[in-house]
Amino acid sequence: MRAAHWRVALQAALASFLTAATLSADAGEKYVHAARGAEAKFEYCTTCHGPSAQGFRGFYVMPRLAGQPAQYIENQLLAFLQQRRRNPVMANVAHGITPSMFPALAKRMSALNPPPFGGAPSGEAALGREIFAHGLPDQNVPACSACHGPDAKGQREIPRLAGQLYWYMVQTLSLWNSERGQGGREDISWIMRPTVANLTPKQIQAVAEYVSALR
Amino acid sequence: MSRILRKISVLTLALLIAGPIWADELAIRNCGWCHGMSGQGYSKAPRLAGQRRDYIVNQLRAFATHQRDETLGVKYMWNATANLDPLTAGKLADYFSALPPEAMKDGESDLVVDGRAIFENGVPDENIPACQACHGPQAQGVRALPRLGGLSFLYLKRRLEDWAQGRDLSGTPMPRIAAALSPTQIAALASFLSFVEVGASER
Ligand code: HEC
Ligand code: HEC
Ligand code: HEC
Ligand code: HEC
Repeated sequence: MRAAHWRVALQAALASFLTAATLSADAGEKYVHAARGAEAKFEYCTTCHGPSAQGFRGFYVMPRLAGQPAQYIENQLLAFLQQRRRNPVMANVAHGITPSMFPALAKRMSALNPPPFGGAPSGEAALGREIFAHGLPDQNVPACSACHGPDAKGQREIPRLAGQLYWYMVQTLSLWNSERGQGGREDISWIMRPTVANLTPKQIQAVAEYVSALR
Repeated sequence: MSRILRKISVLTLALLIAGPIWADELAIRNCGWCHGMSGQGYSKAPRLAGQRRDYIVNQLRAFATHQRDETLGVKYMWNATANLDPLTAGKLADYFSALPPEAMKDGESDLVVDGRAIFENGVPDENIPACQACHGPQAQGVRALPRLGGLSFLYLKRRLEDWAQGRDLSGTPMPRIAAALSPTQIAALASFLSFVEVGASER
């Protein structure tokens, strides 16, 4: 019966499609341009990073910026600009903002608190929690909580990991040495080098799963 | 089992199998009247061949629930999706997404260079994001993010104009992205994309 209803509706649509005159939109019309300035910039960031900066999974992963310490955000924007952190998409973005805009943007992102993006695979959260809270002493992996905080909220130049997207965590930890800290040893990103060197892919996935669900 | 009984059971089985297949074929044919029998698009109806399955499913739901409400969607797709059950919608999406897409190549070739630049890098000073960040470096799409490569110039242009002019505001982030584009930039992007073929890695 459903199918019959559907067919009638479809035939109506079909009839109007085949008889319709050309209906193309008027190309001469002008579009409203978004306002310029800081508010427009913030909205621009959220087209990729998600409406409340909770992150977004496009072809590439856009990390969560919500709740990230402002100092960390500013550091990363500068690192993209100076090519100490390699990423073509964000290098372009950073060239479109002046460093004088960094603090206001960072503060705005930092104040947001949406729920985690979610979508991580499940099954290894217990191992992830163990690594996060206590590290893996036998493998020389320090407890992440020692720096990132027991609640994974970070502080100052140390990032928040709570609610960070699973795929972004895995990718970032797997590619650390080729993307981060390209400015040499004095770069703060080098702090993470020993940690990433000693984690196996499975352990990275576990810790990513665990933190991605934290609020 | 008597022979007649066996015959009946075979017949029932055949009917059980043939029933749904027949219904699906009919559904595909009905879509094909507008979208072309090989799903390559026809007139105002866009190409469905090679479009991402999850994207098709989402759009069919958006038409059926009247969330996607741009003029031509209301006019044609609301009826086409009225009473379309989720199971059939999923099968149609399976079918169309598996067909090999062809590039329409109906854009203006003079505008391809400009369009490619916006697609790959965005225009940071004008708050236009790089399209490739979400749609992929070859405009191939992934999961629920649509393939844009090779869609028709007219469709792409109309869709971006619809968003820019405030129609179909149900989703994020496209309405805001399109609102930052000028008519010239829209024409450039639509032209470039209409010439993009399916990447060699995907064939
Ligand atoms: C075209 C999409 C796009 C736009 C627009 C965009 N970003 Fe990004 N952003 C990305 C991607 C992709 C990454 C991940 C880079 C990587 O993997 O290293 C990122 C990473 C970042 C990071 C690093 C986060 C972390 O956890 O280390 C910061 C900070 C950031 N973006 C800030 C911004 C700000 C501020 C704006 C607006 C001025 C902005 N982004 C606009 C795509 C975008
Ligand atoms: C000694 C302190 C320290 C320890 C221990 C530590 N981190 Fe970090 N981590 C940092 C600092 C500092 C940064 C920021 C580096 C930068 O600015 O590039 C960072 C950055 C990160 C990032 C990048 C976040 C982003 O948004 O891009 C991830 C992911 C991360 N750490 C995961 C971990 C995990 C998992 C562990 C435990 C296995 C761990 N860290 C242990 C100090 C530490
Ligand atoms: C009467 C003609 C007509 C019929 C029948 C029809 N369509 Fe459409 N369809 C259109 C038009 C026209 C559009 C473009 C709407 C617009 O421009 O926004 C469209 C858009 C779509 C879209 C969105 C494509 C995109 O890239 O966003 C999908 C998916 C779709 N149709 C699937 C179907 C399926 C599946 C069927 C069969 C159940 C079907 N259509 C039947 C005319 C039709
Ligand atoms: C932050 C991610 C993101 C960015 C950046 C982005 N898009 Fe999209 N785009 C999407 C999503 C998500 C959809 C699907 C919307 C839906 O499901 O209704 C989409 C849909 C589209 C469609 C509709 C395709 C169809 O078949 O109807 C077009 C056209 C499009 N985008 C063009 C662009 C262009 C041009 C740019 C660059 C100026 C761009 N997009 C940048 C996420 C993005």
